[in-house]
Amino acid sequence: MSKEVEFYTFIEDKWDWDDVTVERIWYKLNQIRAFEETSVHYYQEGAMGGSLHTSIGQEAIAVGVCRHLNNDDYMTMTYRGRGQALAKGADPYKIYAEMFGKADGYCKGKGGPMHIASKELGILGANGIVGAGIPIAVGGALTAKTKGTDQVAVTFFGDGATNQGVFHESLNLAAVLTLPVIFVIENNMYSEMTRIEDSVMIEHLAERGASYGMPAIVVDGNDVRAVSEVAKEAIERARNGEGPTLIEAKTYRLHGHMFGDEQSYRSKEEIEAKWEEEPIKRFKENCLDKGIVTEERLKEIKEEVYSEIEASAKKAIEAEEPALGEVFTDVY
Amino acid sequence: MSTNRVITYREALNEALKEEMRSNENVIIMGEDIGEYGGVFKVTDGLIEEFGSSRIIDTPISEAAFSGAGIGAAMTGLIPIIEIMWIDFSLVAIDQILNQAAKMTYMSGSQTKVPMVFRTQGGGGRGNAAQHSQSLETIYAHVPGIKVVMPSSPYDAKGLLKSAIRDEGPIMFIEHKMLYGSRGEVPEEEYTIPIGKANVVKEGTDVTIATISKGVEFSLQAADELTESGIHAEVIDMRSLTPLDTDTVIESVIKTNRLVVVHEAVKSYGWGAEVASIVQAEAFDELDAPIYRVGAEETPVPYNMTLEQEMLPQAKDIVSAVRKSLYLEEGSK
Repeated sequence: MSKEVEFYTFIEDKWDWDDVTVERIWYKLNQIRAFEETSVHYYQEGAMGGSLHTSIGQEAIAVGVCRHLNNDDYMTMTYRGRGQALAKGADPYKIYAEMFGKADGYCKGKGGPMHIASKELGILGANGIVGAGIPIAVGGALTAKTKGTDQVAVTFFGDGATNQGVFHESLNLAAVLTLPVIFVIENNMYSEMTRIEDSVMIEHLAERGASYGMPAIVVDGNDVRAVSEVAKEAIERARNGEGPTLIEAKTYRLHGHMFGDEQSYRSKEEIEAKWEEEPIKRFKENCLDKGIVTEERLKEIKEEVYSEIEASAKKAIEAEEPALGEVFTDVY
Repeated sequence: MSTNRVITYREALNEALKEEMRSNENVIIMGEDIGEYGGVFKVTDGLIEEFGSSRIIDTPISEAAFSGAGIGAAMTGLIPIIEIMWIDFSLVAIDQILNQAAKMTYMSGSQTKVPMVFRTQGGGGRGNAAQHSQSLETIYAHVPGIKVVMPSSPYDAKGLLKSAIRDEGPIMFIEHKMLYGSRGEVPEEEYTIPIGKANVVKEGTDVTIATISKGVEFSLQAADELTESGIHAEVIDMRSLTPLDTDTVIESVIKTNRLVVVHEAVKSYGWGAEVASIVQAEAFDELDAPIYRVGAEETPVPYNMTLEQEMLPQAKDIVSAVRKSLYLEEGSK
């Protein structure tokens, strides 16, 4: 039976986070932002190969979802997925080392920025193919169900991936098998260089989840509090054996598709207006309005994060290269 | 201990699945119509009764999703066997097989292994036309990170499948649709066959024929025919393309000084060229004649069965190639 899309509205009066929670969330949001900004700096310095795809502006989704995950819950994401890796607890030094192709990297410098994985954190891997991580997360959920654990799997992907066939196949398969998986669409409004509204004829991508008979929710992806509430409920449902959920988190990609993208497909005015709605600014306003923490305390945490991130990057730059023989290991 | 029990290729595969599922509760099977129906080629017949629907999982028709789910499951502790009904359908899932399964171990620096088997069947010979008759093994053999295994007999089918299920990495296990009913001796006792070791199926002195899968049957027919004219061919079943045991071929060529490579896949860009290249580089001085290849013509597989037979390699083509290598017939390529 097809379901209706739910449009989630956050109720301000019910917001009950204490200062410890707020500080932790603030730390995480800023950690991702600092990580991505610092990545751009090192990319420009020539420290990395390939392309760099940042998630600046999308931090609230990673943080809001991953705060409800345990280390042994599974996760897949895309080449824009370093924020999610950090949100799930990855070590910034080991991600930078991977991005700089060093032996200390999560994947010994053989995966690179598009393929961050960490077995100990349940991060099955970031993917260079936009929809390809989706069925892999379904497989993690299948393991959890087969073994009778209460683990769940979460997969993050972009709006563009919902036009790939494997997205549809995976949603249907997960629904049919009642698997504990949460599909998170980060709808950042652009599929690479094309507006999502030019790529689909429906307004809400969540309809695609509803059409496969699973709960499908549209949420403001720039409000970490709202994302957190929606994710909490979906993850609980999955843990209770009630099957998959699709979450469409609407957000905005503040940088280009990759570094160097001249962004001829959108105006400066559009981007500037969106900077006013970005999640870190909004969360700060929420916290100060409610008087949970002081501006000074937030500033202090932010400075601490930026210096930690810079130290991680510096250490990674100086780390050892992999031995040449590593070309031939890990193949089979 | 040996018995003369004779069973079919299909039954041998079914036994391998059952035995491995009994001995390891992490082994599961996913695919289309594999449960109650027992698979369109009946290889999974009776499994759902013994292992239940949590381990024998019927899926929607969605090769990419259930292949990908198999990969995710393999990365997290299960040993999935994914049945892809026809190898032609594997192309729907090729991103998952080649971009994902084959690369996960490398891209993650061995943090994750992908212990799984893609079981599928290929080949022609029963009028299934262009999208249900292909031999696509070379495509899979070309990408590092996945092994390609192709059994030619009931004995090999069982022993190789058991090894494939126990292997640490992903395996493309390609059966031949024309072999399911073939019969052969299979002991009742436990055994496995190591992956990566070719098998000298018939010894001979005059020419080496290296082949795989149903090509073994054709090559043995050709060898029998050649014996009548006093030519003794040695027939080698490669058993797997990755790893490719060219050492066994070279050892044979040192004895016979002639080589013919036979495969049902299209001849151009096929694995026969790989074997020929390695053998000429490693054993050039041992060769008394050019290496000949026998493979399918460079066309899609036609539906009409007379045309199909014309397109696919037959025993007579092997006889002809052997005669060329002995300078008994004119020939090129």
